[in-house]
Amino acid sequence: MMHCGELIIKLSDLRAVSGRENEASDAIAEVFREYCDEVYIDGFYNVVGLKKGQASEPKNILITAHYDEIGLIVTDIEESGFLRFAPVGGVDVKTIGAMEVTVHGKHDLFGVIGAKAPHLIDPADKDKAVKFEDMRIDIGLSGEKAKELVTIGDMVSFNSPAQKMMNNRIAGKSLDNRCGVAAIVETLKELKKLNHDDNVYVVATVQEELGLIGAICASYRIDADLAIVIDVCHGDMPGTPADSSFPLGKGTAIGIGPILNREHVKAMIKLAKDEHIPYQIDPETGDTGTEAAAHAVAKEGIPVILLSIPSKYMHTPVEMISVDDVIATGRLAARYIAGREK
Amino acid sequence: MKEALNNLKKLTALDGISGEEKPVREYIISIIKDYVDNYYVDNMGNLITYKKGRGNGPKVMVDAHMDEVGLMVTHITSEGLLKFQTVGGIEGRVLVGKRVRIGETCVPGVIGYKPIHLQEKKERASAVDIKQLTIDIGSKDRERAEEKVQVGDMVAFSYDPVEFGDNKLMAKALDNRVGCAVLIELLKHSYEFDLYGCFTVQEEVGLKGAKTASYQIMPDIALILEGTTCYDVPDTKEHDMSTVSGDGPVLTLMDRTVITDRDLVNKIIDVAKNNKIPYQFKRTISGGTNAGRIQANAEGVKVAVIAVPCRYIHTPVSVMDISDFENSYRLSKRFLESLGVSIDLYREEGGKEYV
Amino acid sequence: MFELINKLAGAYGPSGNEKQVSALIRSILKDKVDEIREDALGNLICVKKGSGKKFMLAAHMDQIGVIVTFIDDKGFLRFGNIGGLRPQVILGQRVVFENGTTGVIWYEENIDDIKKLKLDKMYIDIGATSREEAEGMVKLGDQAVYAADTKLQNGKIISKCMDNRIGCAILVQMALNSPKTENEIYYVFTAQEEVGLRGARTAAFGIVPDMALAVDVTGTGDTPESKPMAVRLGAGPTIKIKDASVISHPAVKDRLIERAKSANIPYQFEIMTFGGTDAGSIHITAGGIPSGGVSVPTRHIHSSAEIVDMKDVENAVELLEHFVK
Repeated sequence: MMHCGELIIKLSDLRAVSGRENEASDAIAEVFREYCDEVYIDGFYNVVGLKKGQASEPKNILITAHYDEIGLIVTDIEESGFLRFAPVGGVDVKTIGAMEVTVHGKHDLFGVIGAKAPHLIDPADKDKAVKFEDMRIDIGLSGEKAKELVTIGDMVSFNSPAQKMMNNRIAGKSLDNRCGVAAIVETLKELKKLNHDDNVYVVATVQEELGLIGAICASYRIDADLAIVIDVCHGDMPGTPADSSFPLGKGTAIGIGPILNREHVKAMIKLAKDEHIPYQIDPETGDTGTEAAAHAVAKEGIPVILLSIPSKYMHTPVEMISVDDVIATGRLAARYIAGREK
Repeated sequence: MKEALNNLKKLTALDGISGEEKPVREYIISIIKDYVDNYYVDNMGNLITYKKGRGNGPKVMVDAHMDEVGLMVTHITSEGLLKFQTVGGIEGRVLVGKRVRIGETCVPGVIGYKPIHLQEKKERASAVDIKQLTIDIGSKDRERAEEKVQVGDMVAFSYDPVEFGDNKLMAKALDNRVGCAVLIELLKHSYEFDLYGCFTVQEEVGLKGAKTASYQIMPDIALILEGTTCYDVPDTKEHDMSTVSGDGPVLTLMDRTVITDRDLVNKIIDVAKNNKIPYQFKRTISGGTNAGRIQANAEGVKVAVIAVPCRYIHTPVSVMDISDFENSYRLSKRFLESLGVSIDLYREEGGKEYV
Repeated sequence: MFELINKLAGAYGPSGNEKQVSALIRSILKDKVDEIREDALGNLICVKKGSGKKFMLAAHMDQIGVIVTFIDDKGFLRFGNIGGLRPQVILGQRVVFENGTTGVIWYEENIDDIKKLKLDKMYIDIGATSREEAEGMVKLGDQAVYAADTKLQNGKIISKCMDNRIGCAILVQMALNSPKTENEIYYVFTAQEEVGLRGARTAAFGIVPDMALAVDVTGTGDTPESKPMAVRLGAGPTIKIKDASVISHPAVKDRLIERAKSANIPYQFEIMTFGGTDAGSIHITAGGIPSGGVSVPTRHIHSSAEIVDMKDVENAVELLEHFVK
């Protein structure tokens, strides 16, 4: 059994740009297998685990956390060997200048996204953000060689290995939302120690960053009586508003708002208080921007709870989370599932 | 119709911000339970009622959303003031100086702002940023405030309905208690076909409830009852008015979420003409309704919208003409009555048959 | 095949009112498929039965257009857009209504910067001089489409609404050729794509195929100073990798590549950073249907004069026939 921090690092370093999750699905299935009765990978590369409940007629609880990450896609290979690209998911163009990347071609290729030397920038352009279409990936190959190894449509991920920081924190490229997957594993670990009546379906989902695709498919196929979504929310940084950013290390942020089921949310908050599990309140007045929006309206509608792990610097290659929050999230979810009324 | 208007007033006096529609739902249940054959509340909070028809016919869903726009408490400051965000579309410009009530216990609050005397010249001329506004409940500090209010509590406008002018009604939440009130009246009668009256939730936050309700019902036809935009005020060009108050129920041909079924709309027009009920078309294609979600359900549903024009929609002082409300009811009822005998409409070559 | 394309492009069919196109296709395919049905949204579903896998090929019938929202005292029509219209592109264009009434799109001339032109400052002039006269010709809610013809010139077609009658033509031609296969093929002519990929969703829900393709148009990157895009007119139909609505399922994409290679059909890869296709809505229907797309490179999409290359069209038919075998 891997310690939570090590697992987060291992998961963060997997490469699974939205739409190319198949390269990472086996690794996640293997992690789930340690705690589940059944594990399978569905046709869209959602990784599904089932931990059976003990009731004779168990209900189904669905827990999802997406495992895709934002990245880039090769749109053209120029005669000079440079690669043009477009973003996959919400990539902030400001973060990718002067970046090391891996191009997933015939085999993985090292590349860099260049940047103009400051000396050469026209002073009039200094305040403008660069556009994607003006940037290139340099893989150091001739056009001929590049075309042999790279195809239009190949995905590109960022090179930014996860590392341990002070205060039990970790920084890495895809903690959004591999730390959510790690929280699912924490939930399963905790559930092993507890009795639970209901079937627990855990799903590491795909293509969230492209419009909740994996979640939409998962909650249609698995008839759930309750869904729990684990994702990240904004960690607090200087200048962020108090009602939409949350300090690291103070526990999971329990979402509250129109599309989240009030009764369950209240019960979850009460449980956290009673069990002294650290938590925060995350007001979500709209769609939440998470898979909760998909599950809430799946088929007849599924009551949804949203648990978020505060992450600083979201959608940059140096996202930062606290391991303590991941553990707290897993504990809270597991206790809630085990403590449900029969 | 006196009773219907009274119901409408009572409905607007209740609070049902998206996700917290319970007070509205309970009131509706108390009225309709004697008129319908069956009803239940689903996972999301939709109230789904069923009236068995006299004969065969298409399965018809009539939808009216119960929820209204409002605010939600998102943070309590150390001074005991409440930060908030909007639930559904509310313009920051209308919030300053409004009375509100918070949560299930209806704690009174006001939205204050820096007096005009203290504003810089530039501030006076610019719109207010919602982020700068707070709700004041009179509390001294955070601890006292937390005794009454919690983060996540919903905030509704605190304004009572008023009849005024020439047959006008001012109230909050006319969008869409007006649709609810029409649907309640419709449920008092019986029809040829099986009717599913759905009072849906979470329309204002993305047409959520109608999606799951229509999946449970799988209707062939759906009629959506709404309160819609109206801006027939001076200095507005006629084509920008959207609709005109007092000119009759509004038929939607197209908006951002739907192109309504042409045959069904033509059918409604025929019914209006035959019964001398006025009607108008919406002059803009902005906004969205549950019709879009219901149409896209399963293998598809034929949809139409009948709406009451409401001035100043999504503010605490929306205004409608009472005749539009009455005519919307008449038109909807006549239309539903005509459905039983006009099944030929759905018997196109290769289409579904309902005989 | 040009005759077929010409006929389809000539049919009137703005989103929500696709009946003419649907009737035309029905009349052509009447005896060529095993079953034809229509659903509540007006999708036309033509089935060639088989015992193998179910393939859904979707081409949308609807075209962009305008809808009349108001008629003023002087007889001018105000309108809303059906699908993506750019004010500067429709300015001065002729449009035609279902009943044949012709109008021209013009603008309120007191604007100082034409770049700021918006649709609510534009109107349709049908030559009427009063509201009464106009109401005798056009009703509120009537829809109009570009009035323009279809020309074949040096192997290229210049026409309105190649988006997406060219897709319809490809599927009709394929159904007429009736490729030999055990598989069950659903030729689906969808409604309301231009307003949000609506028809394909309900059609797919009714069919639940094993695999689906959207057959549509894609932009090119071969015109002067165009946005960069590695697609050229005449270099083959495109195999969709990604557009704004979908990343193609690898199984679908790989099957297309493999079939194109083995049959020696030229193809290009398509990554369209703007605009979606029916694949986007089919893909997430009924728990997920593996989807992708084959597109025809098209210049000047959503103008009254789109250009496609006949070679690309013919190759698309061939590629699709190999795909379903």
